[in-house]
Amino acid sequence: MQVPAPVEYERASSVDDALALLERHGPDARLIAGGHSLLPMMKLRLARPEVLIDINDLSDLSYVRVEGGELRIGAMTRHRQLLESAAAGEHFAILHDAERVIADPIVRNRGTVGGSICQADPSEDLSAVFAALKARAVIRSSSGERVVGMDEFHQGPYSTAVGPAEILTEIRIPIRAGSGSAYEKVERRVGDWAVVAAGALLALDGGRITEAGIGLAAVGAEHFRAAGAEDSLQGSAPDEQAFARAGALAGQLCHPASDQRGPEDYKRHLAQELTVRALRRAAARARGEEG
Amino acid sequence: MQVTMTVNGEQVTRDVEPRVLLVHFIRDHLGLTGTHWGCDTSNCGVCVVWMDGEPVKSCTVLAAMAGGRSVRTVEDLERDGVLDPVQQGFMEEHGLQCGFCTPGMMLTARWLLDHNPDPTEAEIRDAICGQICRCTGYENIVRAVRWAAHHPATEEVTA
Repeated sequence: MQVPAPVEYERASSVDDALALLERHGPDARLIAGGHSLLPMMKLRLARPEVLIDINDLSDLSYVRVEGGELRIGAMTRHRQLLESAAAGEHFAILHDAERVIADPIVRNRGTVGGSICQADPSEDLSAVFAALKARAVIRSSSGERVVGMDEFHQGPYSTAVGPAEILTEIRIPIRAGSGSAYEKVERRVGDWAVVAAGALLALDGGRITEAGIGLAAVGAEHFRAAGAEDSLQGSAPDEQAFARAGALAGQLCHPASDQRGPEDYKRHLAQELTVRALRRAAARARGEEG
Repeated sequence: MQVTMTVNGEQVTRDVEPRVLLVHFIRDHLGLTGTHWGCDTSNCGVCVVWMDGEPVKSCTVLAAMAGGRSVRTVEDLERDGVLDPVQQGFMEEHGLQCGFCTPGMMLTARWLLDHNPDPTEAEIRDAICGQICRCTGYENIVRAVRWAAHHPATEEVTA
């Protein structure tokens, strides 16, 4: 029987209340949202907070909307809400691609977007998605708000820029004209973590790539990004040759570890092939050829 | 700590440790053993209950987090001796053998039919893809849900 170690429980009624509770209880307190990452970690004693601060009542952080030329996703948005959001699908098909293969429908009812990226598991899908989209994260503390890019947000496995007395409130993704995006994941069984996954964003103008974003999950890519592969696409025509070159770089420049999900060379092959497939679909969508 | 929630329409209050999981609260503190307890890792889905009208895996929710919320368990499907069409469907189509996954399967099926009264086979399989059955190969579970879709409860039946 797996149960968490003894812990105290507090329930926050607002963002300010959550911040006050974090300050009062210090670094041994943890926020809990959907709990589908933190509770399993607590059962295994991989996480052992003294105090849990439940933020499920913070429904004002639960939204997906377009504002100021950006898609804005509240940190308490459940995976199902993001999957069902027409605005998300319209501007970034990659979000729906990914949400369809994150865990299962019951887990998606509960798990949150903010919780997923704050967990920062190296195999986490949305971390790779937001890296590809070059999203920004809004982090609040009692002294104010700061906005950081995904490279700064992702500091390493299970480590983010969110400090002990801070809370992630929102993800912002700039909406690009003439862009398309896609996510490709290989998993051993439905709902599992990725063996490898790749996400791509392409913005096209006059038959050239004006912006490229490539995110990789589960292969030890720094900040979940294939920066070298992105650079290779800049200014190119969006053709098979360019995609093959970027895929090869994505496969070479990551750092997968051999484990029960597969050997290193297989994962490099997947990183390469899934990058090519994601780029191909992103380009088709940018041209309006695929929904 | 004191936790108060509504379970199957009835308000309950118990004194529990904050670390108690909802599945154990339901089974051990309320004695409602229809909700099963399986993998402990939110993979198998035998512990599915509704919380505030949505299926959740109760092994991955603290009882404290369910405080003030409304929980529905498999015991609430049957009303006054009349089975929910989903329960009837599992009987008619032999949707179970050992029965361990059945409470969770039926609660997910009820939610699916409430939101999509005539689901395709693919939609049913997608809805239950986070729940594991080791007996039926899922064939008869899908047929059971289809049976329930074709035999929705009438006012007379549920009254």
